[in-house]
Amino acid sequence: MTAIPLLDVHDLTVEFATRRGVVRAVQRVNLSIARGETVGIVGESGSGKSVTSYAVMRILDRAGRIAEGSVRFSSIDVRQASEDEMRELRGREMSMIFQNPRAALNPIRKVGRQIEDVLLEHVKATRSDATEKAIDLLDQVRIARPRERYHAYPFELSGGMCQRVVIALALACQPQLLIADEPTTGLDVTTQKTVMELIVGLTHQRSMSTILITHDLGLAATYCDRVVVMEKGHVVETASARAIFTAPSHRYSRKLMRATPRPGVSLRELLPEGETPTPTSASVTPLNAMDRTPLLVVDKLIKEYPRKGLDGVGAMLGKLVRHGPAPEPDVFRAVDGISFSINRGESVGLVGESGCGKSTTSTMVMRLIDKTSGSIVFDGEDIGDIPARSFARLPLRKRIQMVFQDPTDSLNPRFTAARAIADPLLRLGGIPGRDAIRARCEELARQVDLPLDLLDRFPHQLSGGQKARVGIARAIALKPDLVILDEPTAALDVSVQAVVLNLLQELKDTLGMSYLFVSHDLNVVRLLCGRVIVMQAGRIVEHGPTERVLFAPEAQYTRDLLAAIPHPKFDDEPARMVAHS
Amino acid sequence: MLSLMIKRLLVAVPSLIGVVIVTFLLTRALPGDPAAYFAGPAATKEAIEQIRVKLGLEQPLIVQFGRYVQDLAKGDLGHSLTTGQPVAQEIRTRLPASAELTLLGLFVSMLVAVPLGIAAATHPGSLTDHACRVVATAGVSLPVFFTGLILVYVFYYLLGWAPAPLGRLDVFFSAPPQVTGFYLIDSLIAGNLELFWASLKQLFLPALTLAIFSLAPIARMTRASMLAVLASDFVRTARASGLSSTTVIVTYAFRNAMIPVVTTLGMVFSFLLGANVLVEKVFAWPGIGSFAVEALIASDFAPLQGFVLTMAVMYVGLNLMIDILYGLIDPRVRLEA
Amino acid sequence: MTDVTAPRPESGPAALMRHGRHVIGENKVTGFAFALFLLIGLAALFGPHIVPHDPLASDTAAALKPPSVRHWFGTDQIGRDVFSRVVVATRLDLFIALASVALVFLMGGLAGVAAGFFGGWTDRIVGRIADTIMAFPLFVLAMGIVAALGNSVQNIIIATAIVNFPLYARVARAEANVRREVGFVLAARLSGNSEARIVLGQVLPNIMPIMIVQMSLTMGYAILNAAGLSFIGLGVRPPTAEWGIMVAEGAAFMVSGEWWIAFFPGAALMIAVFCFNLLGDGLRDIVDPQRRT
Repeated sequence: MTAIPLLDVHDLTVEFATRRGVVRAVQRVNLSIARGETVGIVGESGSGKSVTSYAVMRILDRAGRIAEGSVRFSSIDVRQASEDEMRELRGREMSMIFQNPRAALNPIRKVGRQIEDVLLEHVKATRSDATEKAIDLLDQVRIARPRERYHAYPFELSGGMCQRVVIALALACQPQLLIADEPTTGLDVTTQKTVMELIVGLTHQRSMSTILITHDLGLAATYCDRVVVMEKGHVVETASARAIFTAPSHRYSRKLMRATPRPGVSLRELLPEGETPTPTSASVTPLNAMDRTPLLVVDKLIKEYPRKGLDGVGAMLGKLVRHGPAPEPDVFRAVDGISFSINRGESVGLVGESGCGKSTTSTMVMRLIDKTSGSIVFDGEDIGDIPARSFARLPLRKRIQMVFQDPTDSLNPRFTAARAIADPLLRLGGIPGRDAIRARCEELARQVDLPLDLLDRFPHQLSGGQKARVGIARAIALKPDLVILDEPTAALDVSVQAVVLNLLQELKDTLGMSYLFVSHDLNVVRLLCGRVIVMQAGRIVEHGPTERVLFAPEAQYTRDLLAAIPHPKFDDEPARMVAHS
Repeated sequence: MLSLMIKRLLVAVPSLIGVVIVTFLLTRALPGDPAAYFAGPAATKEAIEQIRVKLGLEQPLIVQFGRYVQDLAKGDLGHSLTTGQPVAQEIRTRLPASAELTLLGLFVSMLVAVPLGIAAATHPGSLTDHACRVVATAGVSLPVFFTGLILVYVFYYLLGWAPAPLGRLDVFFSAPPQVTGFYLIDSLIAGNLELFWASLKQLFLPALTLAIFSLAPIARMTRASMLAVLASDFVRTARASGLSSTTVIVTYAFRNAMIPVVTTLGMVFSFLLGANVLVEKVFAWPGIGSFAVEALIASDFAPLQGFVLTMAVMYVGLNLMIDILYGLIDPRVRLEA
Repeated sequence: MTDVTAPRPESGPAALMRHGRHVIGENKVTGFAFALFLLIGLAALFGPHIVPHDPLASDTAAALKPPSVRHWFGTDQIGRDVFSRVVVATRLDLFIALASVALVFLMGGLAGVAAGFFGGWTDRIVGRIADTIMAFPLFVLAMGIVAALGNSVQNIIIATAIVNFPLYARVARAEANVRREVGFVLAARLSGNSEARIVLGQVLPNIMPIMIVQMSLTMGYAILNAAGLSFIGLGVRPPTAEWGIMVAEGAAFMVSGEWWIAFFPGAALMIAVFCFNLLGDGLRDIVDPQRRT
């Protein structure tokens, strides 16, 4: 066990020159990585975790600089090194993989050539053997048919495959350190697991050190030896993965740990200790627990889209140019005959990965788009047949509302919070007079715990959590019966998510609403929903009470989804996946 | 690849149809009696009647259009009143003059603008960067005919370096034997270096005027595009992989940055073909632009119509070539076709 | 339980003015452009009343005189004072540019928004029209239109508007298209807004700043277009004072050394267009800092 760390960061401070003056993104950060170690850096947005790694590789933005402290990699002083020396280090001794893998690859260059470029640059191959080595690397990252895929362009590959190519790029020259900056964010849950296992497997195989940067404490605890927690540019705690996960000591680490949705925790327990959700001022409407009549019944719902690209004249011309029959059918079924129901007062989860059809389903139930066939019956009335265009004007519109995923783009940037919340009231509320509307807005703001003085602010002046509250206030303004929540907390920091989820639960109980909670995150769904529906490729593969589905899944797909969630295990045997050699 | 070209060709067809329809309508939209316009201000009543019958102006519009298209197919664009020659022939003779001028201007412009834009983007805040931005903003503000006149004044009148703006060649020289119609090329083919230089001297100022005109949008687009690409994720990956700055800039950044520049070329050509007309007037250049302007002054409508049609058809062809070039550079377009 | 929030400045028109003043102060160039714009506006409004000589009065005895104290910009071939003519021409040129920009903003902007937001046949028709216009080199088409419709200022305005239509329609369409399925538009539908109300009340105000920037940038081009047409003899007739036609009249004299006749109107053209371009860039920075060039 060598005492000299591979990477030694001491008192690092990074500054950025911005229009508002100098901003310190990272302050007095201490970090050391031993050879062969896997360290996770965990933090929410603004924590400085990515900036730290950019500083280590010295690829900071033009406006940024290392103001104080030192970074030593192996025996090299990164701060003092010349650009040429740094360029030699990058890719060869230390490399990095990023979020959003498709964007990380040159879109007009074959992926094989991109790997060759790195090999040739660092003289790890000659012109004659570069191609073979590139193909070999593609094979090592488990890309099927690597010889063929060498010639592929990034747009021809899936997100998961693109990330594998990026990993191949990063490991091509056998570096000593790999920095992985949110490598699985944006990928499907099942893909996430395979990518993480690949990264960990390869790095262990080569005795590399790895830094895993993530906002997900569970992910870090599962795959790392040690975890560093950062908040607002400072390191608040450094400990072994087990210690962080089971007994964090710093206040912030504890808050983060508590807020991470995981099995066996209830909604209340997500909140920081000592905080209880503030009771809302609305009177508690007693909910008849026996009132389980169906509110929404969906039967054999189908939604088809024509294949993209050609329509009308274009399709005709396409047929002229093409030889033989069309390779694929002309329609694509986003939703392929699903049936389910939601009872009054129930909260039902709709779970699946991207492309499974859950968003299309929820949009149809919302009557924002029209179905192709099947029925949607709401409180006894067939609303599926009413065209989406006319639905907006009906009184039924009031009873089904939605909370959107991205709080930023669901608020008109030119409307104040009050105006945004008032919009449904103005159109359908039947409330006379500006004062009455204002009063109702304030009442709603209180219900969602939004400070009243924020009502006159614009979206760009509000934080993510505040914008989410505005969206929720708007959704409940008309006292709907059914609220569809489309990944309402996906874009929020984990600590903010905890608060918002509790708020949603409170509101549901107080106002007697039903929820259709659409999400890809099973842990979140478990907290809020009594029943869950699992979708894949436009079909329902499993449904039932949440606890049953999550503990004893019947469908293979559900089992795959569950297995993909990072599970830190801290027996004496390390939980990390052993590489397949 | 072939399917891409065919697809692009098919898309060009509706454009051509649209062009023909619009030029037809333009001549029938004349206020007053179209026959009188085509017969000219000095025509007798019989002449006007003759034209009326020839154009079939009593017939319904569809029949007139059919006749128009028939004439076009035969290559008949009518006759010029001032010269008495068939318009198609005049255009054919004069086209190389305009083409040589425009292409030379564009070539010079790209030679300067693209490196300038790249240099400005790779050295932000430097002198080159500021120079590029000044050139871009000022260049777009200069009226092209004004630039031409200033250049004439400075280089001909004041400095005496350039010859008088009197056309393609000085009176003492005669045109080289016609191969392409481009004097520069033809004189080289004929092995006549003296003629080559003489042609180049005459070309110098008008081509420079056009070059200055198109410099600004190309430099601006190159700089903006390069900046955007240099800030992109894949360039970050390239840098993080330790690729040399030459590789990053040339292989990774430049090729991607050129894609929007190529698509801008279509717009630049549109401006250039228009500026061509103005420059030809300033320099008395015997191309189709001055042909049209002369026709305008004399209220001679057939040449004007032929001019608009020819320019439009050329432009559709140019756009087609640019589209195909774009497909060659960007595999996303090529492979999804 | 509160999360971190941004500082609380005021909002509304007062804040916009303050922000505008801040950007102008920061960016000297935009401030300069703004001042220039005011100067040009003043010349257009009051020019005819304050010029020293009658722009139409000819005095052949004083023809072709270089700039002097009496005639700041010299005199032209029939003895008219160039300075007075240049200043008076400001009004006409500005009017032509403003009128054509306003016209194309209405036609192109509304057509583009409808095409981008509603899609379907509206989109196809607007697209066809725009494509047909774009199939021509724009100045050539303007020539053709003015020649066909008749040689008048009104037709120059119409021709310039038609020729700029595709650009406006394209920008408006792209912006409306982006906002078609954006979150707050979906939310507006949920709130019971009709499509018309959404387009007029939510989408259009959102697009306005970008369209205004576009207008400012096209003003310059509209002026050049009109001047170019007059230069080749279309639109404005002598003895009207208009920059383009003045350059045409003075062109012949450039070769023989009387540079002032064409130079000053040409310079005025350049300054006006430059001013509008800078203004457009500055406005773009105020409105959408991410698009800075």
